[in-house]
Amino acid sequence: MASHGIRDRVAIVGMGCTAFTEHWDFGIDELLVAAATEAWVDAGVDRNDIDAYWFGTAQSAMSGIALARPLKLHDKPVTRVENYCATGSEALRQACYAVASGAYDSAMAVGVEKVKDGGYAGLNAFPIPSDGTQRTLTAAAMFSMVIPAYAKKYGVNEDTIREVAARIASKNHYNGARNLKAQFRKEMSAESICAMPSVAGRLSVFDCAGVADGAAAAIVVRAEDAYKYTDKPLFVKALSFVAGNGGGLGDPAYDYTTFPECVATARDAYKQAGITDPLKQLAMAEVHDCFTPTEMVLMEDLGFAERGSAWQACLDGTFDLNGTLPVNPDGGLKSFGHPTGASGLRMMYEAWLQLRGLAPENRRIATADRGLALTHNLGGYPGEMVSFVAILGNALD
Amino acid sequence: MRGILSGSGYVPHYRLNRSEITTFLGAGGGKGTRAVASFDEDTTTMGFEAARRCMRSSGVMPDSLLFATVTPSYVDRTNSTAIHAALRLPEMVAAIDMNGSVRSASGALRLALASSSTSLVVGADTRSGLPTSTDEASGGDAAAAVLIGSDADGALVAEHLASAAATDEFVDRWRQPGESRSKVWEERFGEVKYLDCGQRAWADALSRASLAASDITTLAVAGLHARATKTLASRLKVRSALNDRVDTIGNPGAAQPLILLIDALEQASAGDVIALVVLSDGAEVHLFRATGVALGAGKQSMTVAAQANAGKPLAYGKFLSWRGALTVEPPRRPEPARASSSASDRNAAWKFGFVASRDTKTGEISMPPSRMADGGPGGGLEAAPMADILGTIATFTIDRLAYSPSPPIAFGIVDFDGGGRLPIELTDVRPEDVLIGGRVEMTFRRLSSSDGIHNYFWKARPVPSASDEGEI
Repeated sequence: MASHGIRDRVAIVGMGCTAFTEHWDFGIDELLVAAATEAWVDAGVDRNDIDAYWFGTAQSAMSGIALARPLKLHDKPVTRVENYCATGSEALRQACYAVASGAYDSAMAVGVEKVKDGGYAGLNAFPIPSDGTQRTLTAAAMFSMVIPAYAKKYGVNEDTIREVAARIASKNHYNGARNLKAQFRKEMSAESICAMPSVAGRLSVFDCAGVADGAAAAIVVRAEDAYKYTDKPLFVKALSFVAGNGGGLGDPAYDYTTFPECVATARDAYKQAGITDPLKQLAMAEVHDCFTPTEMVLMEDLGFAERGSAWQACLDGTFDLNGTLPVNPDGGLKSFGHPTGASGLRMMYEAWLQLRGLAPENRRIATADRGLALTHNLGGYPGEMVSFVAILGNALD
Repeated sequence: MRGILSGSGYVPHYRLNRSEITTFLGAGGGKGTRAVASFDEDTTTMGFEAARRCMRSSGVMPDSLLFATVTPSYVDRTNSTAIHAALRLPEMVAAIDMNGSVRSASGALRLALASSSTSLVVGADTRSGLPTSTDEASGGDAAAAVLIGSDADGALVAEHLASAAATDEFVDRWRQPGESRSKVWEERFGEVKYLDCGQRAWADALSRASLAASDITTLAVAGLHARATKTLASRLKVRSALNDRVDTIGNPGAAQPLILLIDALEQASAGDVIALVVLSDGAEVHLFRATGVALGAGKQSMTVAAQANAGKPLAYGKFLSWRGALTVEPPRRPEPARASSSASDRNAAWKFGFVASRDTKTGEISMPPSRMADGGPGGGLEAAPMADILGTIATFTIDRLAYSPSPPIAFGIVDFDGGGRLPIELTDVRPEDVLIGGRVEMTFRRLSSSDGIHNYFWKARPVPSASDEGEI
């Protein structure tokens, strides 16, 4: 399979991200205008300077018109994309390829989700007419199966894995507490999280991503044009995407301790970017911590830890803000919140701040000089998911 | 010679201890238990469970399926077509509902015995009444099915000797369509009427069979008038009256005639003559002689007696909420959308029949069925019926967030014997009792109802075993 990538052919030159929170006073129009305006100003352009737009929303709107109307775009190609919770990343991927192809000089990816108008807690997919035989399980319940499966496979006490999950939530709360745009800005101890009542398997609500409204945007141009816009562009080193075929759900060999789609995208992305030792080469990683055990498994799937060792590395603080490889320094989905269509771009926004030395001092990573950041965004469930991995760098190779 | 080719009863998993009613409300209740259909069961799903067991023990394909109940899940459309679909019967097998009264079940049996074709007769009922009522406490939920045909179809379990009827129009018990409770006239009037017509039908049946009461081995009297059935049973002076199991199952209405008949046959020896008397708007009598061929030969389903003694207790509050008599806070999640008629029809083999696909080259089983073979050139797909294949729980979780008519949802990743895996909802099990490695069988259930459309599909439940007996 050929996956050549577009290493160093495209650069991000401006970004915007709203606060992720319960925006009772903002609809998607306000959120889109806020994120897009911040990105335009950041790159020193106006809306007409952008040749094409990619608009990511999982289920808050339909068609490119939903972006063109609030942004008052004239005669611009606007493509609405959707790929579960990786929708924001997918919007950026398409914008990057459009610029790399030469079709456009500049493109903008905008992602948004307005989830708090539904009237129900949590995320709820809109119903597609069906024969009624589909699973009705929540994502929390599907991911909760990781804890006993992982504990059994590696001979670790299930209570220990429960503590690891709480440790991950606690770390992300610590980071989010230092982020003015995050939904939850309160530190939480692992002990208090462990004491919460279970809602799915052994997961409590504090093991789940925050449910928030928000939007984020990125402007991409040809790499050779990047310094016309900013003296600190981020170059796209790798973009990888896999849509799983759902085979894991029906495969008796699948054991809920790994996400093969994530393994495949990481491998592909590292190859595109020329990365051989991600734990040492990356300055930071933003990963899809939709539920705490997800982050634990991702540490192995993304090659940050050997199989069966991530739980120990998490307890050892390897992925803390001051650890060997800071993971989710902005608080992650857990603390920053998860407006599905925006989250992938929000992850890049943290790389945008950290690799350019613009993150606030109290959560600035010490590893920024490594110059490379990974963002990982997934959607779906163990056995049936989409996965995205990007590598961004602050210098051309 | 016509008669019974096979038969099986189905008693649901849950039991309500009648004393709980008294504890809860200070009235009503009584001794013993009654069987309770789970929140995901109705007369259609229970009828199917009885029918599949009956069909499993007989290789004979019926010409028609006759389904009798007092509590149909739909009116204005047929319910037995869902049973037909779940049994994967060919379309030339007619499926007909005969609904409305206990007499419907006896009537379906009569028509099947009188016809020249083979019929699968199914009776199912869920019985309720107002809290503290006799109907609530003494009713039961169950289903039963018998396959009626001739000795040309296969070995008869019992030969049909004669049937007789004494039809009578009098108002003893009544209910408006759509109401959840029945009302009854004062007891003595019905008793006198039933004793009278019961004895006339009895005499007629004996005469038709050229038998005397002393020739009858076992007498089973079905009917919702408890006092009349008891008094008649003693009047008829038969050697042995069958235990009606009202103390454990309750009176399962339209399922009672067939379940008593099966219960009697399961205990019968060769040559025994069994009399089934049904008191419902008159009386019907059916006489059979057991041949000594075992019911369910070779394909052991649990007997009615074993099922009556099995089961797990259900709290009265849960019973009330399942029956809609007590409205509890629903989960704060969107209710499921109604199942699409056209999508359900298109996928009927999967949705109702639980038929997966098997790749003819790789052997891989896909659930739901795949539309494209994976095995490369020359490969293909074939139907892989999974409904009767047991499985093992590979892992599981308990979901307290997802929508369910009775949260929480227990959900298992089930590996089927011989291949195939499906993440599927578990039922008839308490969350704390689910185990990795636990053995499960597939059961046809009503997942939910939206806009009046019932969404039927399959769940997995722990394989019932004899060790479940006596746990109440």
